[in-house]
Amino acid sequence: MEKFVRHDGLVAPLDRANVDTDQIIPKQFLKSIKRTGFGPNLFDEWRYLDEGFPGQDNSSRPLNKDFVLNLPAYQGASVLITRRNFGCGSSREHAPWALMDFGFKAIIAPSFADIFYNNCFKNGLLPIVLSEDNVEALFQAVHGKEGYRITIDLEGQQVIPETGAPLPFEIDEFRKHCLLNGLDEIGLTLNEAEAIRAYEKGRMEREPWVFADH
Amino acid sequence: MAGKTLYDKLWEAHLVTQREDGSALIYIDRQIIHEVTSPQAFEGLRLAGRQPWRTSASVATIDHNVPTTPFKSAADIADDTSRIQVQTLQDNTREFGITEFGIGDVRQGIVHVMAPEQGAVVPGMTVVCGDSHTSTNGALACLAHGIGTSEVEHVLATQTLVAKKMNNMRVSVEGELGPGVTAKDVVLHIIGVIGTAGGTGYALEFAGSAMRSLSMEGRMTVCNMAIEAGARAGMVAVDDVTIDYVKGRPFAPKGADWDKAEAYWRTLVSDADARFDEEVNIDAADIKPQVSWGTSPEMVVPVDANLPDPAAESDEVKRSGMTRAYEYMGLTPGMPVTDIKVDRVFIGSCTNSRIEDLRAAAEVAKGRQKAGSVKQVLVVPGSGLVKQQAEKEGLDKVFVAAGFEWREPGCSMCLAMNPDRLEAGEHCASTSNRNFEGRQGNGGRTHLVSPAMAAAAAVAGHFVDIRELDQA
Ligand code: SF4
Repeated sequence: MEKFVRHDGLVAPLDRANVDTDQIIPKQFLKSIKRTGFGPNLFDEWRYLDEGFPGQDNSSRPLNKDFVLNLPAYQGASVLITRRNFGCGSSREHAPWALMDFGFKAIIAPSFADIFYNNCFKNGLLPIVLSEDNVEALFQAVHGKEGYRITIDLEGQQVIPETGAPLPFEIDEFRKHCLLNGLDEIGLTLNEAEAIRAYEKGRMEREPWVFADH
Repeated sequence: MAGKTLYDKLWEAHLVTQREDGSALIYIDRQIIHEVTSPQAFEGLRLAGRQPWRTSASVATIDHNVPTTPFKSAADIADDTSRIQVQTLQDNTREFGITEFGIGDVRQGIVHVMAPEQGAVVPGMTVVCGDSHTSTNGALACLAHGIGTSEVEHVLATQTLVAKKMNNMRVSVEGELGPGVTAKDVVLHIIGVIGTAGGTGYALEFAGSAMRSLSMEGRMTVCNMAIEAGARAGMVAVDDVTIDYVKGRPFAPKGADWDKAEAYWRTLVSDADARFDEEVNIDAADIKPQVSWGTSPEMVVPVDANLPDPAAESDEVKRSGMTRAYEYMGLTPGMPVTDIKVDRVFIGSCTNSRIEDLRAAAEVAKGRQKAGSVKQVLVVPGSGLVKQQAEKEGLDKVFVAAGFEWREPGCSMCLAMNPDRLEAGEHCASTSNRNFEGRQGNGGRTHLVSPAMAAAAAVAGHFVDIRELDQA
């Protein structure tokens, strides 16, 4: 996994609450057996005027010119600000894959759905929770100035907007450590293989049926 | 010291190591695998040269994009990408030695229907699957929740998950459910009360006399939609209904193991003095048959109501969400629910495709006819075994006589990854769990209802109050 230490990027505002994973990446694109290539279909139903299907040449499709990510001002954006309960719905990891493939490095919202939040960290995408008020202030700042940028300092746990004071955010220590160092979680867990085996032994005695072959 | 909740007990029983930062390694007893969220996980194992930690912990099946018309082999699946996923799962399970109920196997079905049906999920287990409706399995007093593909790989390789303990929430529904009010109406009502994010960060226990009065199938319907209230895991404590359900299933413990298991499982209830971080109390008498009108499961109203007015909503974010939903759904505030016409009907999905659901729909369909204005009524059983049972009871004949279509098991129009789908602008009475924009087909408009309400809408051509149909 790629390291995430500090990121400076252009901000795109997606002014909607409860953005669900079906919206982030519609199901017809889940049929891929790869982890990459989802970027052109991020928010497919909002970005294009026609219906998308996998394997198509997206460059010739009619664009929805009003959709925020199609506006010239937000080309190259790498930080998304949005409203509460972002990423609700299914557990598909294709959602963070699509956001990352598009070029996003961080998502800022007042709240996230649990599974989506979790999935972001596994892929080096940073979800940041800020208060409703702070998110609102960022929306206003972004709408007020073209090319508005933000710096995210993961080490110091703060979002540094172009204007105004830095905004501190909370993050789980373990997740922060993994992101900062780009660590592979499976490898880390396998360092504890002894503990897992010892645990299994106890369970096998108490609940042997759990371990039955079938 | 305060007593423990069911979730506390399940968590403690699976704790491998507790880390200082509050995260923990928990042991996973059962992983259910399907074709959509697993290919990248198996690929990850291969790339890292890793083997599954314990193959007997996993059981796989195909559901999300299988056609619901008969087919004999992967080669019969017309859609290239669907065929590749079905084939890839078969190849992966063979390569890694994992049991799969594949094409032509009567045990094949929707992951969350198949697993409890096989007894592959029993009380006291931790259960995961790369699918958010894994919460369904919590009906058996399990800690069951959806995970992402990286976690699928993590569980395959280590049999554990890195997790953080959630908070405890209990929703108690007390009293007797009225006539025509089903498990689906109960859970839609609950979501209407607590909202789609109301359960975020919580493990949700469903309790109370109304919950205990539900069959196992009904409890699965309720737990299935815990995620629609934001909670990754929903669960119901063990009682006689649980024990009777598990007994005799193919994977369930037998002989002396059974007695030992039953004794342990009986302890899987929240202690009387357990403390919950959040409690919600609902009077069963307040629950009426429900219909969702918008594009989020919390946008739900009783069938005898009129659609809500966004202007009356004080929360600005919610108000704009409602306005957008009205636009998408092509409906107007204030109109009676029963004026909404339906173009298609879908009876199926991991929420409502078990035998009890099909019986409820058949009861309404019996001796009645699909309305001429309704283009299609799909009835899709949750598994090959459900299908077999329904046919034994003659339910298939009832459906076909009413002009409904009787299909092969799978997820079908729940998410329209296979050919079953809505056309843009069509309204669908659906027994599934998500009414998001485009969920059942680009531009499709979903209304979530119970199986009986779906069948009644199929017959009438618009929503009807099932309680009035009963009197007819
Ligand atoms: S029936 Fe629908 S919700 Fe259930 S597992 Fe299949 S796609 Fe997911």
